[in-house]
Amino acid sequence: MLQTITRIPVANYSNLKARAGYSIKIDDKEIALFKTTNGIVYALENRSPHPKGGVLSEGLVSGDYVFCPVYDWKISLKDGLVQAPDTGYVKTFNIEIEKDIIFVVL
Amino acid sequence: MKKLVMIGNGMAGVRTIEEILKLVPEKFEITIFGEEPHPNYNRIKLSNILQGDTSFDEIIINPLDWYRENNIQLYTGESVVKIDAKAKRVISDQGREVEYDELIIATGSKSFILPIAGADKQGVTGFRDIHDCEMMIKSSKEYKKAVVIGGGLLGLEAARGLLNLGMKVDVVHLMPVLMERQLDHIAASMLKAELEAQGMNFLMEKETVEILGDERVTGLRFKDGFEVEADLIVMAIGIKSNTEVAKNSGIYVNRGIVVNDFMETSVPHIYAVGECAEHREIVYGLVAPLYEQGKVLANRISGFEAEPYKGSVTGTQLKVAGVDLFSAGEIFEDGTTKSIMAYNEYDGNYKRILTRDNRIVGIVLYGDTKDSTKLFRMLTKQEDISGMTSVSILQSECSASGTSSDDIASMPNDELVCGCNGVTKGAIVEAIKTQGLTTLDQVSHCTNAGRSCGRCKPLVSSILAHTLGDQFDVYAAQKTSICGCTTLSREELVEEIKAKGLTSVKEVMNVLGWNNEEGCTKCRPAINYYLGMIHMDEYKDDRDSRLVNEKMHANIQKDGTYSVVPRMYGGVTTPQDLIKIAKVAEKYNVPLVKLTGGQRIGLFGIKKEDLPNIWEELNMPSGYAYGKTLRTVKTCVGAQFCRYGTQDSMALGIELEKKFERLDTPNKVKMGVSACPRNCSEAGIKDIGFVGIDGGWEIYVGGNGGVDLRAGDLFCTVKSQEEVMEMTGAYLQYYRETANYLERTSKWLERLGLEHIQGVMANEETRKALNERMDKTLKKYIEPWDEAIHSEEIQEKYYTKHTIKVGE
Ligand SMILES: Cc1cc2nc3c(=O)[nH]c(=O)nc-3n(C[C@H](O)[C@H](O)[C@H](O)COP(=O)(O)OP(=O)(O)OC[C@H]3O[C@@H](n4cnc5c(N)ncnc54)[C@H](O)[C@@H]3O)c2cc1C
Ligand code: FES
Repeated sequence: MLQTITRIPVANYSNLKARAGYSIKIDDKEIALFKTTNGIVYALENRSPHPKGGVLSEGLVSGDYVFCPVYDWKISLKDGLVQAPDTGYVKTFNIEIEKDIIFVVL
Repeated sequence: MKKLVMIGNGMAGVRTIEEILKLVPEKFEITIFGEEPHPNYNRIKLSNILQGDTSFDEIIINPLDWYRENNIQLYTGESVVKIDAKAKRVISDQGREVEYDELIIATGSKSFILPIAGADKQGVTGFRDIHDCEMMIKSSKEYKKAVVIGGGLLGLEAARGLLNLGMKVDVVHLMPVLMERQLDHIAASMLKAELEAQGMNFLMEKETVEILGDERVTGLRFKDGFEVEADLIVMAIGIKSNTEVAKNSGIYVNRGIVVNDFMETSVPHIYAVGECAEHREIVYGLVAPLYEQGKVLANRISGFEAEPYKGSVTGTQLKVAGVDLFSAGEIFEDGTTKSIMAYNEYDGNYKRILTRDNRIVGIVLYGDTKDSTKLFRMLTKQEDISGMTSVSILQSECSASGTSSDDIASMPNDELVCGCNGVTKGAIVEAIKTQGLTTLDQVSHCTNAGRSCGRCKPLVSSILAHTLGDQFDVYAAQKTSICGCTTLSREELVEEIKAKGLTSVKEVMNVLGWNNEEGCTKCRPAINYYLGMIHMDEYKDDRDSRLVNEKMHANIQKDGTYSVVPRMYGGVTTPQDLIKIAKVAEKYNVPLVKLTGGQRIGLFGIKKEDLPNIWEELNMPSGYAYGKTLRTVKTCVGAQFCRYGTQDSMALGIELEKKFERLDTPNKVKMGVSACPRNCSEAGIKDIGFVGIDGGWEIYVGGNGGVDLRAGDLFCTVKSQEEVMEMTGAYLQYYRETANYLERTSKWLERLGLEHIQGVMANEETRKALNERMDKTLKKYIEPWDEAIHSEEIQEKYYTKHTIKVGE
C-alpha cells in the first residue's frame, strides 16, 4: 500500500523564540509549535485535552512541558501525555528541520 | 444520580461526606445546608484561636473550593426548619425546598445556657462557634473582667483564652473538683494549682442563680448570696444536641436523635451522625467517635457491607499551654478495681491506671502523657497485663522528652497515633512509603492524621522522620513551600532574592536549586512578581513567566478567543470614544458588546490575530481587565451633578486610576469612590473604598464582593484629596511588599490584622518611604497595547496565527 507522507514547511527555526508557542493552521488543522529553552521544537495539536477544550499555544512552557492556559493541565511536549493527577493525551506530530526550515510531518 | 442532602455543615457531617466521596465519587448529587456562614472549619481549634495561636483562616478544613471541586451545592447561613419525610424533601428558613433520596442530619449541638434570670443579657455567651469567639475577642478589648461558668474541658480552655486576651478571669464550678468526670482528686488538684499559677481564680462549689445588670451584665449571684463582678460571662457547662428539626418532623428523639448501629433513625432514608445523634444511649462530644460513626454511615449509604458501629471508648486531653493531661475510661475505684499509681509531687507527674481482671479500664495521666497512646491501646484492645510488672506499665520507655527514633521503632503498627481520626502508626508508615510523602502536610492530607486537634503532629513528624531516614529534612517538612518545585516558603524566597541579589526568574531557579528547571505555573508568575516588587524599576519583566491573560494583555475565553476592555477612567467616557468602540465592534463583527461590572465597555469573542489591529483602531489604553493589578475605580456621579454628593468622587476616582494603573499587585485590586455615605459605587466591598463625608473622605479597606464576600473595615478618615493619595499609595505598597502572591487584600488584611496595618500607616516616615518605593516602581510601566502595535517582534511572537494552505 502506498503511504502518503506530507511534509509541510511551517516556520524558520531562527525566527522562533524559546519558551514560546506559535499557532499554525494547516488547512483545517490547528497545530501548536513550541521551542524549548534547549532549542528543541515540538508540534502538537493545538487543543487542550481537557473536556472543555481550549488552545495550547498560549500556555506556559517549562522544560519539555506546556501548561494548558485555561485549566492548567501539565502536558508533555515529547509524547503529548497529560501528567498526573489529570489524564489524557494530545496528538503530536513529527518535526524535521532542514537548513533552518521546520517541517511538520502529517 | 441519587440526591443526598445533609443538614449541618460541621465536622462530623462533612467528614462523612468525604468518606462517601472516597467510596462512590459519582453516586450522589450532594446538597449541604449549614446554619453558620462559613465552610466547614475545625471547631476544636476555637480554643487555640482564643488563646491567640492561630487565625480563622487557618482552621478552615474544607475551603469553598473543595465544595466546588466535588460539585457539592452548599447553602451557608441557611438552616433547615422542616423535614417532610413523606415527600422526601427538606425546607429551609428561606423557603428553599430540596428533595432527597437519602438525608443525613448532622446538626451537632449548642452550648447549654443555664435557665436562670438574666441569662439573655448582653455579654453572656456560650463557647461553640466562630461567632462566640469573635464576641469574646471583641469584649476583651472593651472590658476587663470575665467569669467562666463551668470547670470542665471547655470552660478551662475558654478561661485560658480569656487570660491571653488580657482579661481577669474567675472560673465558677459547681463541684469541689475540676473536670470531675475525667480526673480524680489528685490530678484535679494538680491541675488547679497549675492554672492558679497561670492566673485563674477559682470559685468552687458555687451555684449560679442569677445574672445581674441592666442591658449588659455587671455580675452574678450565687445560691449562698455571694456576688462577683463580671463584664463578660461564658457559659461552658455542657452541650445540648440540636434535635428540633428531627423532633418536629416525627423522628424519634431522646437526649439526641436516636440511631441504631448503622446510624439510621426511626424514619427510613434518614440518618443522623455526630453530636446530634444518640447511639446506645450515649451522645458523644469528641470527634474521634463521631468520625467512626461517619465511616460506618458512609459505607451504609454508599451501599457497601458495613461493620456496625458498636460505640467507642474516648480519651480526653486539655488544650492549655503548660498543662499535659490525659484521661480515658473509668476513674473511680469501685471495689472490683485495682489501681497502679505513681505520684511524683516534686516533678509534677502523676499516673494512675485502673485495672479490673488484669485489664486496664481507666487511665489518668498528669504531667507526662507520653505513654497515653500505648496505654490507651492496651485499654481499647483489652490486653491482658498479668505478665507485666507495674513498673513496666507505668514507665516511659525513654526518659528524655520528645520521641526518639527507638521509641518509634518499638511502637507496634496498630498503635493509635492520631486519636481524633483513628489513624495508626501502620497506616501512616504505609502512606509515606507507597505514596512517597515527605511533609507533614502531605501525611495529614492522605491519612487525616493531625487534621483535628493537632496534638499528634509531633508524633506524626517523628514517624515521618523515622520512616524517611536520611531523606528527611526536618525544616522542610514543616513549612509550606510556594509550590512543588522548591521547599522554600514565600518569606525565604523573598529573603534569598534580596540577600543574593538575584535579578531574573531563571537565576532564582538556578541558584536556589529548583527541582524543575523551568518551574511551573505556580512559581514562575510568583517569582516574576517578587522580583518586580523588590527591584522596582530596575527589573525587566519576564513576559513568558506570566500566565496567558497577562501575557496576552487580554482575557482568554473558553473557546480560545479573547476580550478587549479599554480603560475608561472612573467610568467616565466621551462621545468620541464611544464612536470608536462602536466602529470597531461593527467592523470586526464582535459577537458581544457588554457593559462590565467595573463601569466600562467590554468587547468579547475576539480572535487573537485581530487584537493588535483592534487596539490600534481604538487608540485607547488597556483597561487591564485581565491583570493582577488595579482593575477599575468605580465612581458615582458625585458633587459635580448629584444633589446629595458632598465630594467630587469622579475627580478622585480618575486621579487614583491614572496614578495606579498598570501597577503589579499580588492579586487584582478594585477601588470605588462614593461622594456620600449612600455609597452608589459600592465602596464598602472594594479592596479600597472611599466615601465622601463633610470635610473629607473615609477610607475603607479589605472589602471583597467576590467569592469571599467581606465588608470593608473603616481604615481612617482624611481631610483632603492629597491625603487620600498619600495614604492609598502607602497602603498599596505595603500590600505589595508583604502579601503572598495571589493573596487578595481581604485575606491579607485578616492575616496581618487591621490594627497592625493601621499602626504601620500611622507613622509618617514609614508612609513616606513606602510612597517613594511606589513612585519608583510606577516609573517602569508603559502602555502595553501601544507597545504591541509598534513592535513587530511582539506581534510575531504573540499575536500571529500562521495559516498554510497545502498544495498552493
Ligand atoms: C471550643 C471547643 C473545643 C473543642 N475541643 C475538642 C477537642 O480537643 N477534641 C475533640 O475531639 N473535640 C473537641 N470539641 C468538640 C468537637 O468540636 C465536636 O465534637 C464536633 O465539632 C462535633 O461535630 P458535629 O458535626 O456533630 O457538630 P458541629 O461541628 O457543631 O456541626 C454542626 C453544624 O450544623 C449546623 N446546624 C445546626 N442545626 C442546623 C439546621 N437546622 N440547619 C442547618 N445547619 C444546622 C450548626 O450551625 C453547625 O455548624 C471542641 C468543641 C469546642 C466548641
Ligand atoms: S490526635 Fe487530634 S488530630 Fe490527631
